[in-house]
Amino acid sequence: MNPQLTPDGRLRHLLTLDGLPRATLTHILDTAESFMDVGEREVKKVPLLRGKSIFNLFFEPSTRTRTTFEIAAKRLSADVVNLNIATSSQTKGEAILDTVDNLSAMHADMFIVRHSQSGAAHFIARHVAPHISVVNAGDGRHAHPTQGLLDMFTIRRFKGEFHNLTVAIVGDVLHSRVARSQIHALTTLGVPEVRVIGPKTLLPTGVEQLGVKVFHDMAAGLAGCDVVIMLRLQNERMKGARLPSAQEYFKFFGLTPEKLALAKPDAIVMHPGPMNRGVEIASEVADGPQSVILPQVTYGIAVRMAVMALLAGGAST
Amino acid sequence: MHASLPDANTLIARLAESIAPTFAPETVIVGIHSGGVWVAERLHALLKCASPVGALDISFYRDDFSRIGLHPQVKPSNLPFDLENRVILLVDDVLHTGRTVRAAMNELFDYGRPASIRLAVLVDRGGRELPIRPDFAALTLEVPPHQNINLSRLDDGHLTLSLA
Repeated sequence: MNPQLTPDGRLRHLLTLDGLPRATLTHILDTAESFMDVGEREVKKVPLLRGKSIFNLFFEPSTRTRTTFEIAAKRLSADVVNLNIATSSQTKGEAILDTVDNLSAMHADMFIVRHSQSGAAHFIARHVAPHISVVNAGDGRHAHPTQGLLDMFTIRRFKGEFHNLTVAIVGDVLHSRVARSQIHALTTLGVPEVRVIGPKTLLPTGVEQLGVKVFHDMAAGLAGCDVVIMLRLQNERMKGARLPSAQEYFKFFGLTPEKLALAKPDAIVMHPGPMNRGVEIASEVADGPQSVILPQVTYGIAVRMAVMALLAGGAST
Repeated sequence: MHASLPDANTLIARLAESIAPTFAPETVIVGIHSGGVWVAERLHALLKCASPVGALDISFYRDDFSRIGLHPQVKPSNLPFDLENRVILLVDDVLHTGRTVRAAMNELFDYGRPASIRLAVLVDRGGRELPIRPDFAALTLEVPPHQNINLSRLDDGHLTLSLA
C-alpha cells in the first residue's frame, strides 16, 4: 500500500510522485490553478490553514525552497516556524525522531522536510502521529515531489496538454532528485516521449527502465522537443572524475541559442534553479523569450499551497 | 415536489423589481458561485448595472474546511472593480444556514472595505445558524432540514429550481 495515501485514497503525506495515481496529480494541479489568483490580490492570504502550525524542518540548506514553502504556508494563514538544522551526527536516526517528537509536542500539524539522506521524509512520516502530514522538500538523490509538480504545472500552463509532448531532461540525472520526480510525473501524466540527455557519467545505469529514451548527444536529443528541462550541475561533480571541466560540459551539454533552435520553435525552457549560467545554460537562453524559469518560481508557491491545503483538508480523488 | 416551486426566471424578475427602487447605478453586483452568479448575471441585465458583474468562490473561506476539505472544482473569484467604499449587492440563489454569506463577506473584505453590503437571494429557505437576514428575497419558504433546494442551469441558459 502507498504510505502517502489513506485506505480511501486521500493524500496523507507527499513523499514522492512515484506511485501516485494520475488522478491525484491532476487534482493537485487543478487545485494549484485555483490558488494562482490569491497571489495577485492585494491581500495575498486566505484563511484555510488558520491556526495550523507548519514546521519547515531543513536539515540541508535551501533558501529558495524554504522560502517558497514559507510563503505558501503564510498565504494559507498557517503559523510557520523555520528550523535550519545543520547536518551532523545529531541529525540521524533517533536524534531526528527526538526532534520530531519535540515539535509534535508543540502541536505541529505539518512537517516540511529537507534532508541530504534519501528516505529521510519517509522515515519521519512513518513515525509521526496520525494527524500530522509530512511533505518531502527534497531528500538525497531520491525525490523532490513539489518541484516535480510545479514543473508539471508549468508545462500544463504553457502547453495545455501532456499527451502530445516530447520532453527532454538535460544534465546530471544521476544525482538529481528533481529529475526522478519529473520523470515519474511526466510518465504518469501521459507524456508519450520523455528523453534524458547527458554524458554517460551523469546518467544512471538502467535509467531506461523508468520509461525514458537516453541520448548522449544534445543535437539528437533536442530535435523536435516541446519542453527542455535543464538540470543544475553541482560544482562538486566537477571536482570528481565525472566531468573534465565546466567549459567542456557547456560545450557539449550547455543550452545555447544554437542548440535550442534544434527543438520545436515554440519549445519552452525550464530550470529548477538556481542556475549556473555558462555551465548548463547560456544567459541568452535563460533570459530569452522561450524561458519560463521565472514563472516556474511563481507557480511553485501556488503548487505548494495546493499540496498543503489538500493534506490539511483531505485530498479525495 | 419540483412542480410546486415557482419558475426561477419569474422569481428573478420579481427580485429585480424589489431591488430597483433603491438600486443606485454605481452599485456593484457580486454573485456567489455557482447559482448566485447565474442570478447575479440576470439581475445585472435587468437592473442595467454599469459595472461588470463580479463572482465569488468562497471555497477558501468555508468554516467546514478542516472537516470536508476543499471543493474539487474551485473557480477563481473575479471582482473586476475596486471594492473600496462601494455599495455591493451580494447575490446568492438559496439562503440557508447563513455560513456561505458569512464566508462571502469575509472574502469581500480581503479585496477592500465596501461602504455597505446588501444581500439578495432567490429563495430564503429558513434554517439559519447565524444572524444573517436578506435585504431582498423573491421567495420565502420553510424547507425541512433533510431537503435541499437547488438551482440548475440548462445548456440553453434556462434556470430551474428543484426540491430534493
